[in-house]
Amino acid sequence: MTKSDLIELVSNRLHLPKGKAESIVNCIFDSMEESLRKGERIEIRGFGSFEIRHYKSYEGRNPRTGDPVEVQPKRLPFFKVGKDLKERVNDGDGTDKPAPKPATATG
Amino acid sequence: MSEKSPKPSPRLPAEPTESDHHTMTKADIVENVYERVGGFSKKEAADIVEVVFDTIKETLERGEKIKISGFGNFVVRDKNSRVGRNPQTGQEITISARRVLTFKPSQVLKNVLNG
Repeated sequence: MTKSDLIELVSNRLHLPKGKAESIVNCIFDSMEESLRKGERIEIRGFGSFEIRHYKSYEGRNPRTGDPVEVQPKRLPFFKVGKDLKERVNDGDGTDKPAPKPATATG
Repeated sequence: MSEKSPKPSPRLPAEPTESDHHTMTKADIVENVYERVGGFSKKEAADIVEVVFDTIKETLERGEKIKISGFGNFVVRDKNSRVGRNPQTGQEITISARRVLTFKPSQVLKNVLNG
């Protein structure tokens, strides 16, 4: 599903004009991007969280030539899926039937 | 399993970083939609944001990936079962096959963060 598909679905579900749905979806992801740019964490209940991880510089290699290259330090967003969504994705399988939870036998 | 790592006290952040200043939550996103898009009450904006995330979650639950251009891709991956270890006891355990959600940031987002 692409962003336009998402916009289309949101527009249908909420009976909103397509342009309005587009502004909303864009605003949501723009907000998240702004937050990450400031180095902020994002926590969306029921979905997951994003945080910025800092990576030091290291010596990598050009995969084509094998030449060593200096990889600059960088900041990358790291997404951690929320517990609820994690379970839903794992149990989902394209059906509505939730998989039975494995029994955890503790004394 | 892997999520069993001991939780630090909620009062003491594990690794103080620059990101400790503020955590963006759904309420902040609702506020932005309310102010920037406009035309809705705050309650409506909250319901709208909820519908957007619900739609995303339902799609991922079906095993379908979501590609948000300029932001990144949320991809559902099937993992085979494998043998792992209980890090505390060293005991071997079979980690069952499972579906996991991963996020791959877009090149645009990576550039924004390192610009």
